[in-house]
Amino acid sequence: MFNAQTLELLISSFPKILVYGLKVSVPLALIAFVLSTVIAVFVAMVQYAGVPVVRQICRFYIWIIRGTPLLVQLMVAFYGLPLFGINANPFLVAVIVFSICEGAYSAETMRAAMEAVPAGQLEAGYCVGMSYMQIMWHIILPQAFRTAFPSLFNALISMVKDTSLASSITVVEMFTRTKQIAGQSYNYFPLYIEVAAIYLLFCTVLTFVQKKGERRLGNYGVRK
Amino acid sequence: MALLEVKNLKKSFDKTEVLKGIDLKVNKGDVVSILGPSGSGKTTLLRCINFLEKPDGGKLSFDGKDYDLSGISKSDIAAIRKKTGFVFQGYNLFANKNVLENVTLGLTSARKIPKNEADEKALEVLKKVGMDGYTDYYPSQLSGGQQQRVAIARALATDPSIIYFDEPTSALDPELTSEVLEVMRELADEGMTMIVVTHEMGFAKEVSSHVVFMADGNVVEEGSSADFFDNPKEVRTREFLRLTEH
Repeated sequence: MFNAQTLELLISSFPKILVYGLKVSVPLALIAFVLSTVIAVFVAMVQYAGVPVVRQICRFYIWIIRGTPLLVQLMVAFYGLPLFGINANPFLVAVIVFSICEGAYSAETMRAAMEAVPAGQLEAGYCVGMSYMQIMWHIILPQAFRTAFPSLFNALISMVKDTSLASSITVVEMFTRTKQIAGQSYNYFPLYIEVAAIYLLFCTVLTFVQKKGERRLGNYGVRK
Repeated sequence: MALLEVKNLKKSFDKTEVLKGIDLKVNKGDVVSILGPSGSGKTTLLRCINFLEKPDGGKLSFDGKDYDLSGISKSDIAAIRKKTGFVFQGYNLFANKNVLENVTLGLTSARKIPKNEADEKALEVLKKVGMDGYTDYYPSQLSGGQQQRVAIARALATDPSIIYFDEPTSALDPELTSEVLEVMRELADEGMTMIVVTHEMGFAKEVSSHVVFMADGNVVEEGSSADFFDNPKEVRTREFLRLTEH
């Protein structure tokens, strides 16, 4: 199995697979992560502030999304959207589904982080004359983000790997590309090991970025 | 005319009536100490007049305007808070902001004052509380007494008509307590109007002009601090003073 031919295949396929990682998988994960974080902050704030009706809608959204598999969500969106006359390209569908899905999980992370900020911080903000939104912006959200940062980064790392599911809705990303090459060469095992190694490489880089990020964010002078 | 007048303030938590109709009058320049045993409603009273708790009923006159406490609007609450300062038992400094930002945030964010003006004002009040050498420290890097002095500076920075102190020294050891009380004494000497919920009998006696004694959600006795300590009228007051004498 591990002969010169295999080695040659691995070397020649490496840039072909990697380029789809850099061109499709990573951008998909990053864009979806940014959008999901925006969704998460909005949904978390609605719940934190206890906005009537919208709060119930947010709980419903979290319930649906957390209770159904991502793969199924992808399929539903991919086959469902055309029925409503929306013919988005598969990459865009993937971005939307990943954002909405991750948004539900990250919303709970953010909500918990916001609730972990002591109530006295909000009260002190009111007492110096700040409005609710000003307190959110300057006090509660920055502290919550610091708390949520490792968990949110966890979600990003997860998402990089989950992008492989986009292959099921015809997005040609890193995993699809590997399947194609493997199909042409009939040499599956080494190529899947190779693509696994590339995912691992991406996640290792992200782990490093997380560490740097945490150090950069600091901990407001709290010694660890 | 009184700067602040509260009439028949009522507040219940679930079925427990915590404030049973409180009347309170504070003139400009008064330093009012609110004394009383734990659970008498002192802190709740202070929190209600700055709307950290929602009062159930009563009237408030503040700075020449009358308000109905149970139906007060958000904008009225915001307007009143902009003229008041509040110092908490647990300091509640903004954990993600350094000392300077803690003091300026109420100016730059809530009042849209330019940063350089706000910084100038912050340094002035930080100097007053002896914390101007700590501008880039975070709250977690300061002692309790230092944090409380920064909190006082934060309250002072917005030039309030009155500052409410909610047991400002209860979380501090005696040495740190005295450094905070010293700052409060200076403010009183400068004519700052203050309401102080406290267990510091020395402060109440020596610094405050008036004393309000509360028990079980009622004002039992009030008067000038000299009268209150030298010549208490109510049995409940005498009992309290006897127990707290050292």
